[in-house]
Amino acid sequence: MTPSAAALPISNGRLALAALLILVNVALSAGLRLGLGRTLVVAALRMVVQLLLVGFALEWLFVQRNAGLILLVGLAMATIAGVAAVNRTRRRFGGIYLDSLLSVMSSSALVTGLALTGIIRSDPWFAPQVLIPLLGMVLGNSLNGISLGLDRLMEGLESRRDLVETALALGASRWEACREVIREAIRVAMIPTINSMMVMGLVSLPGMMTGQILAGAAPTVAVRYQIVIVFMITSGTALGVFGVVLLGWLRLTSRDHQLRLDRLRG
Amino acid sequence: MQPIPLFSATGLCRSLAGRLLWRDLDLTLRPGERLGLVAPSGRGKTLLLRALALLDPLQRGVLRLRGRQPESWGLPAWRARVSYVSQRPVAHSGTVEDNLRSVWGFASQRGRGGWHPARVCRWLERLGRPPAFLGYPAERLSGGELQLLSLLRALQLDPDVLLLDEPCASLDASTTLAVETLLREWLAADGRACVLTSHDPEQIGRFTTARLELNRP
Repeated sequence: MTPSAAALPISNGRLALAALLILVNVALSAGLRLGLGRTLVVAALRMVVQLLLVGFALEWLFVQRNAGLILLVGLAMATIAGVAAVNRTRRRFGGIYLDSLLSVMSSSALVTGLALTGIIRSDPWFAPQVLIPLLGMVLGNSLNGISLGLDRLMEGLESRRDLVETALALGASRWEACREVIREAIRVAMIPTINSMMVMGLVSLPGMMTGQILAGAAPTVAVRYQIVIVFMITSGTALGVFGVVLLGWLRLTSRDHQLRLDRLRG
Repeated sequence: MQPIPLFSATGLCRSLAGRLLWRDLDLTLRPGERLGLVAPSGRGKTLLLRALALLDPLQRGVLRLRGRQPESWGLPAWRARVSYVSQRPVAHSGTVEDNLRSVWGFASQRGRGGWHPARVCRWLERLGRPPAFLGYPAERLSGGELQLLSLLRALQLDPDVLLLDEPCASLDASTTLAVETLLREWLAADGRACVLTSHDPEQIGRFTTARLELNRP
């Protein structure tokens, strides 16, 4: 794949024209006094700067042929995702960052690794123009699932605390007492991924597929890539959510089958 | 040599947010005993009952049931025998019967008798409730009915030691007396005892066979 050959470049002037579109939002915010104007401008500027920098970084990265370096970049991306997932939750407990990092790293490494070596079979297996975008998409989705799952686990244990403790008080193990909360947390965390799979291609034309088509790929080829990536995203999210919810549950209960909500902060 | 008591706690200490609630606390239960915990609010009666069921980590002290410590029973099995009934009764969705049956599904309760509707219906009758009570949706119960459900849910499991936290707080006077009679009969079977807290000094005087005051340390 040589995307830049087929893709139509966009000049600086036309990029500035696109920036005008965001002014619609700013005007709307000012008119309705939404108080979003400042945040919108900051967010838009951040997006532009981040993407331009990433463009340069990727151009450099894609000519590298060092597996260790590529994996290091992947590790950094996973770390950012793991930390961001926790930063979106309302509450915390000791070890929550570690749990999130472990879950996001092991699930995304497993899924991306299998896809690269078994399904896409890129050559070499660590080819950065394949590995980095795929990993990025898996991470972006796992991140959402993990923060939802963590939030729901903490929320569920807190709101159902009396039910959980009543079960414990009558001889339930911590698994028996928390099973419902765990199940609900995993279910809720998976809903966005499953919903988007339902309407994919009907309501939303997925970004990656659109990108490949704009870059000149045949739609039938792009669709196949999209199918692979959606399965990767779904299984990566499921594994990550499963991992983080179980690890969080272990932290918020004790070996002595006690509910330890005193470990919850915020 | 003295016979092994049914239940004993020795040297219990508990502090909460840097404040010492009780220290060097000992208590012993013989079969049939009904121990009343007496203390002003905020002196840790609930925390003591929770500590005996090991629902919170034990800060210091040793617990024994029939001479064996909790670790040797295993924690879920310990709580199947030393059961705490909270002063904030709750029920999951479903009927009263669903709530009474679901606790029999815990691994620690298997092989200990199982769901016995006839027995529960006899108890319900004594408490002035029809057998149809079993079919009521648990989430619509009144505070008092929820308290009865919570009590029967624990009672049917036949624990050795029943820890009752304000068991009659939402009940009217006649139901309270009926609960006391029922508990006395249940406790008459061999190898059972209970610890109870109550805001009502008359109930403590009427129902308990021994009292423990939680004094200032």
